[in-house]
Amino acid sequence: MPQLAPISRSKTVTALLVAPAGLFFFFLLVLPLIVVVIYSFGARADAGGYAPAFTLDNYANLPARGQAFFNTLTLAPLGTLLTALFAYPLAYFLAVKASPKSRTLLLVLVIVPFWTSQLLRYYAWIMILGSKGIPSWLAYLGISDLRIINTPWAVLIGAVYGFLPLMVLPIYVSLEKLDKRLLEASADLGANSWRSFLQVTLPLSLPGVATGSMLVFILLMGEYILPQLLGGGKVFFIGNALVDLFLQSRNWPFGAAVSTALVAIMFVTIVIYMRFVLSRGDVRRAALV
Amino acid sequence: MADDKIITPQKFIEELRRFQKGSVTRRHFLGVTGLGVATAVLGGAMPGLKPRKAYAALSGTVNLTTWPNYHNQENLDAFTKKTGVTINMNVFGSNEEMLAKLQAGSTGWDVFVPTNYTISTYKGLDLIEPLDLKLLPNYDVASQDQRFTSEGTIDGTVYAVPKNWGTTGFVINTKNVTQNPTSWKEFWDLTKGPLSGRVMVHDYQLTTIGNALKYFGYSFNSNDEKQLAEAEKLMLEAKPHLFAINSDYQPSMRNGDAWVSVAWTGDATQLHRDLPEIQYVLGKEGGEIWTDYFAIPKGAANKDAAYALIDWLLTPEINAKEVQAHGYPSTDARTNKLVSKEMLENPILYPAKDLLTNLEFGAAATLTNPLRAEIMARFKSA
Repeated sequence: MPQLAPISRSKTVTALLVAPAGLFFFFLLVLPLIVVVIYSFGARADAGGYAPAFTLDNYANLPARGQAFFNTLTLAPLGTLLTALFAYPLAYFLAVKASPKSRTLLLVLVIVPFWTSQLLRYYAWIMILGSKGIPSWLAYLGISDLRIINTPWAVLIGAVYGFLPLMVLPIYVSLEKLDKRLLEASADLGANSWRSFLQVTLPLSLPGVATGSMLVFILLMGEYILPQLLGGGKVFFIGNALVDLFLQSRNWPFGAAVSTALVAIMFVTIVIYMRFVLSRGDVRRAALV
Repeated sequence: MADDKIITPQKFIEELRRFQKGSVTRRHFLGVTGLGVATAVLGGAMPGLKPRKAYAALSGTVNLTTWPNYHNQENLDAFTKKTGVTINMNVFGSNEEMLAKLQAGSTGWDVFVPTNYTISTYKGLDLIEPLDLKLLPNYDVASQDQRFTSEGTIDGTVYAVPKNWGTTGFVINTKNVTQNPTSWKEFWDLTKGPLSGRVMVHDYQLTTIGNALKYFGYSFNSNDEKQLAEAEKLMLEAKPHLFAINSDYQPSMRNGDAWVSVAWTGDATQLHRDLPEIQYVLGKEGGEIWTDYFAIPKGAANKDAAYALIDWLLTPEINAKEVQAHGYPSTDARTNKLVSKEMLENPILYPAKDLLTNLEFGAAATLTNPLRAEIMARFKSA
């Protein structure tokens, strides 16, 4: 009979295996977060920065950035939804319709834009959405004086463009492993292709949609460059408020309070979202496949 | 731009080059990038060229923190060739950001370029070195315009030496703007009226609030709560009519999206050089006049090279080439003798005397006032 390793030794092995990641998260996530929370109860030093204190003033002052929270909490979910709507057909095409030969090439093409800096690509979008870009083409079609750049729409377009691959890939993966026999069974039972899609394909691919949405949503909530460049400084996200608080007015304690609030909101949103997603039986079953 | 074409490949490359040089923004664009730091390693090691004797003691890298499009690349390359010291240039977005970085500590900068109203704050926080003028033989106090040197000296000690001066006015594209505005009052009224959607203001509280204060004839530096409230009201009224709140106004002015923008001298020079229809206006109520200085932060690692670089850039022959490139007027009479006549007669660089009399230097309290910072935040998020 093979001898089992003593429990104490396997614990040591586990500890050693967990240690690198654990230390990493402790020093680079937990400790900084604690600092942020401590700072959020402090006061602004006279010349800016942090002065030790214990006050709730910074939290009481949060409504002063209400508009930034509102913009972020409306545009981030909307951007996520739009990205999902654009990504799903593409992922479906890649996983189901594209020939296996061209699939790899097409997948690479989805990822290729990531090889260039996000910043440069947004700069290109400033030109594309500016009056010499898309609006000038639309003018030929009789739609004149349309303004896209420096509006929330430009930010949403940028979001869809920038985060599309992050949404496409998880959906692609969940569609690709879809068992084709289920569709045959569905057809045998008399469902037309649309009904099969709605009742078989879509539910089984929802875990991919959920994963992609989470990725895009989290990134959009913390977005800063996108609203700055494509929103022209007029579409103000929490990220922009934070940069101003830390680098312009140098009110670090208030900035820390805004950060803490952002983290709290994201935490609550994500927990609710995951519970909702997991509570749907079909998705849970699919997730276990 | 003459034609209405979508961006041509050539234009795109120009924009890209401009981006690489850091000139698409004066004080903003790269502020937008990684929290204000875009680092370009310039020069590079030139092993084939032996340093001259006088500079043989110098080595390593000098970290220069400055504003976008603020130097002549030839001058920087020549410095590296002469001394063997590589220049590592950091381009920044705003004075507040520079201050924030220095306050946070360990920046690694050797030379930086603060604006007049920040120097007393740096001195108060003990963030800059007093300068040893013996190490700057090419700097001559006597040849400096005294208006532009005073704020570098605190209690008789020199902490910073002037690089160049400039003004804050606004640029207009005269092809599209026929109203010929000459005042800040007209600037804001046109923004709210006929030029709605075509005007840009800086993402910088000092100038945006300051120029809104000028609408009512108040001081550019006012910290009076009632006056600031009036300025805020005007800014909030104008907000829906603005094209953008962005200190990176050159691209939008160049491609014709924006017709008017608050602007600094050098950006106006550069825009006018490429597009003669773009003119520069100083509001007749006044506004800002300023000086940028060279200074050395406390604890700079390569102080010898820092002094050598400042001295190099203040050498009249070199400085004249700097002026030719960045388009801001020098504070040094010796340099002005070497600058081309065309530039000396350019009213963008050297406005008429009567326009200058109403201008004010920004004050330290104007930059650090928390109320102004909040007003700017409310304006941006409204």
